[in-house]
Amino acid sequence: MLFEGLSQRLQDTFKRLRGRGKLSEKDVKEVLREVKLALLEADVNFKVVRTFIARVQERAVGEEVMNSLTPAQQVIKIVRDELTELMGGSAVQLRFEGKPPYIIMLCGLQGSGKTTTAGKLAKYWQKQGRRPLLVACDIYRPAAVKQLQVVGESLNIPVFALNGQDPVVIAAEALEYAKNHNHDLIILDTAGRLHIDAELMGELQRIRERVPVYRTILVVDAMTGQDAVTVAEEFNNAINIDGVILTKLDGDARGGAALSVRSVTGKPILFGGFGEKSDALEVFHPDRMAGRILGMGDVLSLIEKAEASIDQDEALKMGKRMLSAEFTLEDFQAQLEQMRKLGPMDQILQMLPGANKIKGLDKIKVDEKQLRRIEAMIQSMTPEERRRPEIIDGSRRRRIAAGAGVKVQDVNKLLKQFEESRKLLKQLGLLEKKAKKGGLFSLFK
Amino acid sequence: MTEELYEELEAILIQADLGVEASVGLVETLRQRAKAEKIKAAEELRWLLKDELKKLIGEPGVLIKNPSGPTVVMIVGVNGTGKTTSVGKLAYHLAEQGQKVVLGAADTFRAAAIEQLEIWGERAGAAVIRHQMGSDPAAVAFDAVQAGLSRRADYILIDTAGRLHTQTNLMQELEKVGRVIGRAMDGAPHEILLVVDATTGQNALNQAKLFAKAVPITGIILTKLDGTAKGGIVAAVVNTLRVPVKFIGIGEGVEDLKPFDTEAFVEAIFDRS
Ligand SMILES: Nc1nc2c(ncn2[C@@H]2O[C@H](COP(=O)(O)OP(=O)(O)O)[C@@H](O)[C@H]2O)c(=O)[nH]1
Ligand SMILES: [Mg+2]
Repeated sequence: MLFEGLSQRLQDTFKRLRGRGKLSEKDVKEVLREVKLALLEADVNFKVVRTFIARVQERAVGEEVMNSLTPAQQVIKIVRDELTELMGGSAVQLRFEGKPPYIIMLCGLQGSGKTTTAGKLAKYWQKQGRRPLLVACDIYRPAAVKQLQVVGESLNIPVFALNGQDPVVIAAEALEYAKNHNHDLIILDTAGRLHIDAELMGELQRIRERVPVYRTILVVDAMTGQDAVTVAEEFNNAINIDGVILTKLDGDARGGAALSVRSVTGKPILFGGFGEKSDALEVFHPDRMAGRILGMGDVLSLIEKAEASIDQDEALKMGKRMLSAEFTLEDFQAQLEQMRKLGPMDQILQMLPGANKIKGLDKIKVDEKQLRRIEAMIQSMTPEERRRPEIIDGSRRRRIAAGAGVKVQDVNKLLKQFEESRKLLKQLGLLEKKAKKGGLFSLFK
Repeated sequence: MTEELYEELEAILIQADLGVEASVGLVETLRQRAKAEKIKAAEELRWLLKDELKKLIGEPGVLIKNPSGPTVVMIVGVNGTGKTTSVGKLAYHLAEQGQKVVLGAADTFRAAAIEQLEIWGERAGAAVIRHQMGSDPAAVAFDAVQAGLSRRADYILIDTAGRLHTQTNLMQELEKVGRVIGRAMDGAPHEILLVVDATTGQNALNQAKLFAKAVPITGIILTKLDGTAKGGIVAAVVNTLRVPVKFIGIGEGVEDLKPFDTEAFVEAIFDRS
């Protein structure tokens, strides 16, 4: 299904609830039932969902409905705000204070992505002027040490390893080595372990007793299901983690684990991993994650943006036309004017849930320099030509090119691109209609 | 009273990662059966639900055996699910039964993945066919099958690189590996096992769908059942792909691969310790 998740299911509810003054308990309940499903489908832990829904319900009942929003949208807005809040509000930066070297210890389940993350972090902080040392503390998994060494080599970051030694000893020796070699940052890559493995959990505790660990970071796979709560709780109880890194966010997992982990540990999510490359690490943004978990892309920021910059009716009309077969060069021109206020079309489209799944959408790129030339070309067309670009033959093309001061090829290119965009938008529109419960753009109503 | 029990049962299923749809559906079936068969006792309802769940998950599958020549098994899945470890454990398991095994190190992408498989090869007493890191995985697979053929191996196990199902180009690469294996030997690969991490939630279903689009999956290995995750999403995977679970992973040691047991799996879902 294309528009999976909350936004489509909410259309009905939206319709029923339109045009009321205050949120009644019934309004809120109706919307929250859908939200609950969305959260569970996103793998947010069952108990976390229950507490969360109760909290939103309490907050939402009786609240004034903001002018431009319907009651249902208002509830969703509260939901997203609460979600964002729960996940820490705004992005948290890890600061280095006190005396270096700072020891960062990574830990987590098997296969969560610790070694790859260790490399990414080393590179990230190296770029900020640090001198990191990677330390291979996974002495159990076959070739784990070698893996870190290869990663380090490819990044040009030194890797400390000791054959046949206990991880506690390795960490201690690495600290000595770092001091002697002027490293101000030490990243410990530990073995993957189960939270119920008392002996291996004890090993992490012993490392912390032996060397001054600056921050302990739990690495969690974004695809984790209900068990994320247990894992995070156990790691936190055993070694008191300071933060979390969520990996494999480049996939299509909704990532409810983020909420689960955050709400049981109270520890911030610091980074997100978005790929296997060494620079695929980003500071974690709770607001974006909230939209993702709800499965509604950035629809809300789109609403907010549209509200702030343009007439809602205009936006709705434009949205509808964009998705219909009637989208003409005239609309395109109007769009170009709007764009200055709202932002580029490709970005607007990307904010729609499911949009990333449409092949070729990324090709609708409008670069600012091109914009002016496009505008000039459209201005050189007759109104008839703008409405029915198919009538623009060779001689008309030459005339338009001359009028706009561009080459005929530029006109050809514009018309071709426009035709392609129109096809894509039409496809998006059709799929929209298929997603039974109404269009995305009814969100603007 | 009974309503509370139904809710409790639904909660158990959801918390085992069965997913809302399957959980609600199962409890609905339970309600109907309870009504039709006039059942009220909690114990009996529980028993009925387990019965439904067993039906949903189906019988375990067994490893395919090619009657005429070596059996080629390809192991696929997303990053970190336990593919290489499963190849190693499977190789050991087969070698224990007196089978001759050849391994193909077709994960040429992840750092030291080849070395990791080589260590497993030593543990299992199986030869490992390898190229350089970064080389064409299809070429490695081809060579592994040829080596297996000429050495008269019983099983040829091909380890592949982890990839997210959403990475179109890597999924095409996987398809190519499968195709090239077929070129090295008619009818191969005979078995393509998708490795699913029991810790994974609803995303495992997307994984399964997209992997099955690239290569014909014939069975599931469910790993990391030694943790606290229940792995309930396999129910949806099994029913969507129409292939059975064949093995489970319960640890990192050579002996930690076991045949799937539906009964034990279902019991574990209700075991709340
Ligand atoms: N606890 C546990 N760990 C496992 C199991 N299978 C694999 N692992 C571990 O999971 C991690 C990733 O396994 P690996 O085979 O390298 O995954 P791959 O990337 O899919 O090849 C390693 O640390 C393995 O030791 C299992 O059944 N139980
Ligand atoms: Mg591997």
